[in-house]
Amino acid sequence: MSEQRKAAALISGGLDSLLAARVILEQGVHVEGINFYTGFCVEGHTHAIRKRDQKKEKRNNALWVAEQLGIKLHIIDIVEDYKQVLVNPKHGYGANLNPCLDCKIFMVHKAYEWIKAKGFDFIITGEVIGQRPMSQRKETMPIVSDESGAHDLLLRPLCAKNLPLTRPEREGWVDREALYDFSGRSRKPQMALAARFGIEDYAQPAGGCCFLTDEQYAIKLKDLWRARGDKNYELDDIMLLKVGRHLRPASHYKVIIAREEGEANFMQGYRRLYASMATVSHGGPFALIDGEVDDQEIELIARVVARYSQGRGAEQVELSYSDTSGQSRSLRVKPMAAHEIPKEWLI
Amino acid sequence: MSRRIIDCRRLLCPMPVIKVQNAIEGLPGGSQVEAVCTDPGALKDIPAWSRINGHRVLEATSRDGEYIVVVEVVEGGAS
Repeated sequence: MSEQRKAAALISGGLDSLLAARVILEQGVHVEGINFYTGFCVEGHTHAIRKRDQKKEKRNNALWVAEQLGIKLHIIDIVEDYKQVLVNPKHGYGANLNPCLDCKIFMVHKAYEWIKAKGFDFIITGEVIGQRPMSQRKETMPIVSDESGAHDLLLRPLCAKNLPLTRPEREGWVDREALYDFSGRSRKPQMALAARFGIEDYAQPAGGCCFLTDEQYAIKLKDLWRARGDKNYELDDIMLLKVGRHLRPASHYKVIIAREEGEANFMQGYRRLYASMATVSHGGPFALIDGEVDDQEIELIARVVARYSQGRGAEQVELSYSDTSGQSRSLRVKPMAAHEIPKEWLI
Repeated sequence: MSRRIIDCRRLLCPMPVIKVQNAIEGLPGGSQVEAVCTDPGALKDIPAWSRINGHRVLEATSRDGEYIVVVEVVEGGAS
């Protein structure tokens, strides 16, 4: 009896990677999933933070997919290593700050290291030629295989018939005839294959799963880099870019103002890392201050925060300012009028 | 049996899952890991990860605004 081969499947939580893994499972291969966490994953975060979203059904799609497939899933934290990909992508960015091709190469490279360490035979992805304008084109397929180091140990079951033979096919670990020849942007072949497997419930296709593809998020990240004078970042920085209204009255500081209770609760967790401000006399938002500020600037920030409070029409609003050591003091200010806040402050 | 407590407060999923997964790596069967979380998603995600990878969830509850998930390591399960 021949040895059962083992494959690691890159599982994003979307339909394509689900189908790719299922196709290979059907061939009797042992499959385990790998899911990478970059810090920019949309997965669940805004739902977890925003109160109005908390009633929605929440699930981690990668875990859900693995459970549907009956495979193990290894979630790997690549937040630190990912910085080099985002800061200096060899193949450049997409429409926003999405380094999709470098990202794919990096993830396949990480998967390649993983299979070597764990004694697995090959890697599978849900890539389809022509599906994505930047990272999934005929020309990029060999780039991903070669620059990741995986070479012919990378198999794309959904479009394998359009690509050169890989080792799993050559060695007979999988039957090439039972693989697919999908290409182009249409989702119909994937949907038909899902129907054939009896899969009715699946997440929307990948692409909307990364904050770096989001224009507003990319603007905030560029602003952060510009203000700091370099492209470095910490996980806390990129998490806070996902919440609140961001205003930069001067290059050396910005104010993050919660837009609702859920965001305020989340931001409270950062009170020891950033100075903060909250309204006292009226209902209003919680705000964090990123950067060193003097008394005059604290008063300006108070007037801005008061503008977003229920006291915006009042003569005076009382606020509490706290520094990172927890020392608080009270301020009374006249809220800024909407027209007094320059548009260029809003990031 | 020993129980290891891991602080996942302020972490958003899947970070609590990753911390549980990393804590379990190398632990013998029967060991317990207790995750203390503030993201309610942990109540679903940690049990889902445990089911998939062959470990046992002993408790998944909310207490004083925090979410507690206790996982028992099963010999042969994955990390």
